[in-house]
Amino acid sequence: MAKQVKQLDRVIIRFAGDSGDGMQLTGDRFTQESAAFGNDLMTLPNFPAEIRAPQGTLPGVSSFQVHFADHDILTAGDSPDVLVAMNPAALKANLPDMKPGTSLIVDSHDFTARNLTKAGYADNPLEDSSLADYALSVVDLTGMTVEAVKEFGLSRKDAARAKNMFALGLLSWMYGRPIETTLAFLEKRFAKAPDIRDANLTAFKAGWNFGETTETFAVQYEIKPAPMSAGTYRNITGNLALAYGLVAGGVQSGLPIFLGTYPITPASDILHELSKHKRFGITTFQAEDEIAGIGAALGASFAGSLGVTSTSGPGIALKSETIGLAVMTELPLLVIDVQRGGPSTGLPTKTEQADLLQAMFGRNGEAPVPIVAPQSPGDCFDAAVEAIRIAVTYRTPVMLLSDGYLANGSEPWRIPELDELPEIDPAFATGTNHESVDKEGNAKPDFWPYLRDEETLARPWAIPGTAGLEHRIGGLEKGDGHGNISYDPGNHDYMVRIRQAKVDRIADSLPPLEVDDPSGKAKVLVLGWGSTYGPIGAACRRVRKAGYDVAQVHLRHLNPFPKDLGEILKQYDAVMVPEMNLGQLSLLIRAKYLVDVVGYNHVRGLPLKAAELAESITDLISTTTGTLDHDVHQEEVAR
Amino acid sequence: MTTTELPFPGLSGVPTTEDKLTGKDFTSDQEVRWCPGCGDYAVLKAVQSFLPDLGLRRENIVFVSGIGCSSRFPYYLETYGMHSIHGRAPAIATGIATSREDLSVWVVTGDGDALSIGGNHLIHAMRRNVNLKILLFNNRIYGLTKGQYSPTSEPGKVTKSTPAGSVDHPFNPVSLALGAEGTFVARTVDSDRKHLTSVLSAAAAHRGTALVEIYQNCPIFNDGAFDAIKQPDTKADAIIPLVQGEPIRFGVPQEDGKGSKGIVRSASGGVEVVQTADVAESDLLVHDAHADDPSTAFALSRLTDAGVLHQSPIGIFRQVQRPTYDDQAREQIVTASAGQGDQRQALASLISGGDTWTVV
Ligand code: SF4
Repeated sequence: MAKQVKQLDRVIIRFAGDSGDGMQLTGDRFTQESAAFGNDLMTLPNFPAEIRAPQGTLPGVSSFQVHFADHDILTAGDSPDVLVAMNPAALKANLPDMKPGTSLIVDSHDFTARNLTKAGYADNPLEDSSLADYALSVVDLTGMTVEAVKEFGLSRKDAARAKNMFALGLLSWMYGRPIETTLAFLEKRFAKAPDIRDANLTAFKAGWNFGETTETFAVQYEIKPAPMSAGTYRNITGNLALAYGLVAGGVQSGLPIFLGTYPITPASDILHELSKHKRFGITTFQAEDEIAGIGAALGASFAGSLGVTSTSGPGIALKSETIGLAVMTELPLLVIDVQRGGPSTGLPTKTEQADLLQAMFGRNGEAPVPIVAPQSPGDCFDAAVEAIRIAVTYRTPVMLLSDGYLANGSEPWRIPELDELPEIDPAFATGTNHESVDKEGNAKPDFWPYLRDEETLARPWAIPGTAGLEHRIGGLEKGDGHGNISYDPGNHDYMVRIRQAKVDRIADSLPPLEVDDPSGKAKVLVLGWGSTYGPIGAACRRVRKAGYDVAQVHLRHLNPFPKDLGEILKQYDAVMVPEMNLGQLSLLIRAKYLVDVVGYNHVRGLPLKAAELAESITDLISTTTGTLDHDVHQEEVAR
Repeated sequence: MTTTELPFPGLSGVPTTEDKLTGKDFTSDQEVRWCPGCGDYAVLKAVQSFLPDLGLRRENIVFVSGIGCSSRFPYYLETYGMHSIHGRAPAIATGIATSREDLSVWVVTGDGDALSIGGNHLIHAMRRNVNLKILLFNNRIYGLTKGQYSPTSEPGKVTKSTPAGSVDHPFNPVSLALGAEGTFVARTVDSDRKHLTSVLSAAAAHRGTALVEIYQNCPIFNDGAFDAIKQPDTKADAIIPLVQGEPIRFGVPQEDGKGSKGIVRSASGGVEVVQTADVAESDLLVHDAHADDPSTAFALSRLTDAGVLHQSPIGIFRQVQRPTYDDQAREQIVTASAGQGDQRQALASLISGGDTWTVV
């Protein structure tokens, strides 16, 4: 049967099922196929904190959303065009995100009385008219999978487990995805279990063939490749890009990386990845707790490695005292916080940006720490390299603020050429730097560990094994220059100020901010940081498409702020700061620049939605300029 | 060869020097600021005069401490040093020792630092057997915070924070170390320079974590806590000397010059104190710190009074070989790096791994 082929510019698909149904894998494979095809894309995995939440229940639903397009896109999409639901709970949990007219592909197999009750359905939604507003396709995916793989003699349970590959095959047909990467992947993944491998391959192909032959699906869709700048690309998650950034920072600085860490969601993948790359001289130390993780990392830095520790918000709380010690001892140290919903244990698998103030101020005393934040999954690579540059150059702990969305989300990433990476010079101290007078009044060459570089205000980094530079450092206040314990009031005041001045000095090394204001006529600026880059960018595009002017600036450096930020803020009549917290950057901006920014704050554990944000931006434009015909334009913006 | 002979396996990989260094070379220009009469002075002197014997380059020695009176130690030594934060010295030292085979790494800590706030790091360092020498100054009191009871204070102790007497049961640091899989566990006394030095030498020679508990008098807040083992009239009955290969005897010497008391295996499987007159010489327990099974060492450690100290075994309880964490971690890196080419090329191929596509 010849099928109709329809052109689309972009599609958002969400695969949803029980957390044991392999939805993350399914989504990931579809993503790889789309990447290989050349679409631009962004993904949003969403899974429960429990490894195996009760089967068939709403809390046990796991989903993976992929947005792919023939043009460049910035987010994983607000609401899906297509929902693939593997059971009643997956349908129920995700239906609220589906707009009328969107497509539902539902595996009917699990819609039994028992499973319907578990999901909280009184009646079977596939049989009453409750889904009438949607383009509903009901297919017995499980039944067809079991039928297709019966020749391999698997148990019914094992056979049914291949249903995710059947679904993937069907969707791959529907959107004309190249299937080679998935075939190769299955061959490799199940190489040790030939019958499972063959069942998965067969289910995948059966799904594809079903799409081609069935009358249930009359249309095949085509989404052309997106134009991208020249280069070699791969799809990459934030945690992987971050780990690669650490490897790169080690190579660029010539320093061995020492990761001292303790497993925590959603940061553990950084440990897993780095532990595979010992050939780069990388040591990974899984410590007894968060405190030992950072302690060992700081010890390694003292000894001449680049100490790194990775964690999420609750772990940062435990590491605070050691970060303070790193501030006092002025040693390079990278502290990675993959933020998740808080406070306390909070929402371990969900995203949030609510650790900014903890990163900024979460220590006793005046303890300034530079803060760097990546803006997209691929950008985690560059952000990690940048954080290492600052840590090594300025002899300071640096906080790298990723988040759960960046960590697990993915996008095509243009693989950088190595010459694009900065050179990082550890510039270890090799000789004495001062002339002291001994007890007999004779001059003698001496090493002063707190004598600073005039340009960076960094102190010398003299590592054990260097003869003649033996010295002691610690958490007690240091005397300026010589670094011995000092309780002198004037010295303390000076040292507090010089530590702050050193961090402020980093701003001298930062490039000017990029202001995205295509018309140059914007009166409203949207200022963001971290993973909200995508939703803010997408929202600004919508606003501009509807005919209005808006400017966007995104901060990579949260401490110190870039030098030109103050001037830029002054150029706009209103500034909006969207964040996944209750206004932490807003607070900092207000305090520092006395600009009365307008917050846009959601803390739902999910990325901001571009359409909603666009409406709020338009509102702000309208109240600022007082010129908009509000209702008409809102409709346009929200489209 | 015994482990106390040179070259020390515990120090293999640490560069040595031909220069004849002295205690003075290891003395920094900082004024020592402990209270007059503090036991810490004696330990500092012993360490300063013992370090040159190791024949190591001074710049390859690192002392790390936590917080407490004894943790000021690194400031007074002309080596590399870090006075860190409360309880965390073993963790910081683990990073130093793991990342650098060529350093001799020492931890100086106290009963509050090591056993209270830092208990977790202490036990895990011993479990991993990181190549660290941990000197645990036990004065059975909090000195720096001015006199609260510590995790080794005797039950009932009246202090500023326990006016009605402490109801905490104390740790026995040696028992704890043995339970934590420690491979070298010893106890010595601040005032016995000779014994202290011999234990430090053996600790330095040990490859792995060496835990040395040092009974240290705090004349200000807990004066006389160890008097029983220091006073000439009580000492013989209080110190149970552990000497490798020797039957364990103590107490006032008899005509044969040997102690009137001894240690034998008890019927319950532990050990007990007997009058040597009541048993045959051959029934006495011969001390064997090298025994694989730590049960006897543990049983010996239980002869220490938990309350006011009247009796305590002194010496090396356990000294066995087990691969160290840091050696193995470095070995994995060496294996992974063997025969691998240029790092930049490897980085380029790492980041361009996986499914890629090219846009022209
Ligand atoms: S308080 Fe006690 S332990 Fe501390 S320095 Fe004084 S005497 Fe020594």
